[in-house]
Amino acid sequence: MERFWFLTFDGLAAGAVYAAFALALVLIWRAARVVNFAQGAMAVATAYVGYAVAGATGSYWLGLAAAVLSGLALGALVERVLMRFVGTAGPLNQVIVALGLVLLIQAVLGMVFGNGYRPAATPFDTDALTVGGVAALSPYDLWVLGAALAVVVLLALLFTRTPVGLRMRAAAFAPEVSRLLGVSVGRMLTLGWALAAGVGALAGMLVVPTGLGLHPHAMDLVFVVAFTAAVVGGLDSPVGAVVGGLLVGLILSYVTGYLGPDTTPLAVLVLLLAVLLVRPGGLFSAARARHV
Amino acid sequence: MTTTRTEPVPPSALRRLLPGAPAGGGPRSATLLRHLAVAVLAGTLVVLLTNQLPPYQNLQVARVCAFLCVTAGYTVLVGLNGQLSLGHGALMATGAYTVALVQQGLDDRAVRGWWILPGSLLAAVAVTALGGLVVGLAAARLRGPYLAGVTLAVATLVPAVTTIFTGVFNGEQGLRFPAQNPPAALGAYFQPERWLAWIALAAALLTIVLLANLVRSRFGRSLRAVRDDEVAARLAGIPVARTQVLAFVVSAACAGLGGGVYAVLTATVAPGKFPLDLSLFLLMAIVIGGLGSLAGAVWGALLLVALQDLPGLLTDRLDLPAALAQRLEGNLALAVFGLILIVVMLAAPGGLQAGVRALATRLRATVRRAPDR
Repeated sequence: MERFWFLTFDGLAAGAVYAAFALALVLIWRAARVVNFAQGAMAVATAYVGYAVAGATGSYWLGLAAAVLSGLALGALVERVLMRFVGTAGPLNQVIVALGLVLLIQAVLGMVFGNGYRPAATPFDTDALTVGGVAALSPYDLWVLGAALAVVVLLALLFTRTPVGLRMRAAAFAPEVSRLLGVSVGRMLTLGWALAAGVGALAGMLVVPTGLGLHPHAMDLVFVVAFTAAVVGGLDSPVGAVVGGLLVGLILSYVTGYLGPDTTPLAVLVLLLAVLLVRPGGLFSAARARHV
Repeated sequence: MTTTRTEPVPPSALRRLLPGAPAGGGPRSATLLRHLAVAVLAGTLVVLLTNQLPPYQNLQVARVCAFLCVTAGYTVLVGLNGQLSLGHGALMATGAYTVALVQQGLDDRAVRGWWILPGSLLAAVAVTALGGLVVGLAAARLRGPYLAGVTLAVATLVPAVTTIFTGVFNGEQGLRFPAQNPPAALGAYFQPERWLAWIALAAALLTIVLLANLVRSRFGRSLRAVRDDEVAARLAGIPVARTQVLAFVVSAACAGLGGGVYAVLTATVAPGKFPLDLSLFLLMAIVIGGLGSLAGAVWGALLLVALQDLPGLLTDRLDLPAALAQRLEGNLALAVFGLILIVVMLAAPGGLQAGVRALATRLRATVRRAPDR
């Protein structure tokens, strides 16, 4: 039973990161109908920036700020320079360009920083606190959980309570009408990409210390897991992404804990297939007629 | 290619529409004959080439042919049927491991014979086609980014599966099996690499001829119809889901054959040879070659092998410091691949083959106009 509780807390902490990352995917999907397959690579790139700054200044918080800022910039850059010019002839083109970006970013990181694992410092202790004799969350897990939830709440406020959020939703929902009403749809798209990459950068900073360390491929599996989380929640729903992230985090934690860490990728695939085949629209979708 | 288009409808084509018309003859067998002729010509040229080349270059020819099996099947799936799979690296691994397991198993039982190689490759094709059927059944219900995501998850699975079933696949170490030796009939001093190149060439030619015919057949037209508009295809009486699943099976079988040949070339398999990047490389190859074009698949396979050797050449030439050279090793190829992929997608979505085709059209036009001047 002790092990069960430990795995539950561990899964919740991991799930919070997946949730933040899935949220980044959902943000771009809602704004541009693109699944950003380069999200993982972009997050790793910003994590390198963050930990380089943290190493140089000795302050984790400066590094975190640098990572998020560079994430915002990178997201805007990718949208302005690349994605805007990809023909919308097929949905494949944007995916292929994003995959080219993955190769490019990972190669550049490997060339600049080397392909080895770099240790990543954490601002808090990673040893678990014991509550009533049960090993529960570590201070770092609490920070991860808190930061991820704060991002979710802030984004929800941005989208539902501010004029910019309203414009972004309008631009995504009905671009033609919004344009007629004076919303700069292109700018909203750039903002959406920037926000998503910023959230991705934060998620990257949070998740890197929990794995083997900083590495150009550090986020490959995290991306697949986050994609699964986003699909579980339905790609369209931010709330779904958060719930999906926590759910996937819990499931993977139990699978890893009881069956061994090697089974994680297999569990991800089974979960992804199960959701897509049983409820293709995700757990939070209303029933909808399928064309063809 | 243009014969059936420029001529008025040949009588045989009309006759074939009538009930009880004799099959064969007419354009269909002409297509088959033309493909066979091109294949024989290309095969002869490559065989002549391998007789001149030193061992390492012959091994590169063999690698090109192995990759060609994969890229040809892959481009049919992505380019002609519009299904973006990112799991073809994993399918290659399936074929490679099947060959290794079959050959190892037969070797342990001291079974010898010429049929072991074709038999094991056939087993690889069958097993991978079965795997493709499973993925394809799921894929037929998925669209665009969902399919890409699922197949991406499949591609990340290879190392995990080899470690979970470490008793069968021997984990990170991988498997070894007896290397292919040239048959005694070719003489005692026959270059082994040349023999490997011939094996790979045979596999590639077989794949290309079969696919070329498939693409020009009724099934090929269904593939394109489904890609362009599923609703219209359904209205025209094409079973959409079945076509998509079949396309996946065909493509997977080709990837299995390519992976099997790839394993035979080194007589080893290991999960490290089939990383996630391999699937992305394959995608790059068919995009640069020109999506949906078999000739483009040839360009792509050539590029895959050429570009992988480029950084080594470059670092040797430039005499860089060891630390820098080590960082560039491998990464430089990745960066070039990624950059080319992006640039081609943005600037020339038709790929190399579209450029070649445009050039040929223009040349033909100039030649035709020349007498008038």
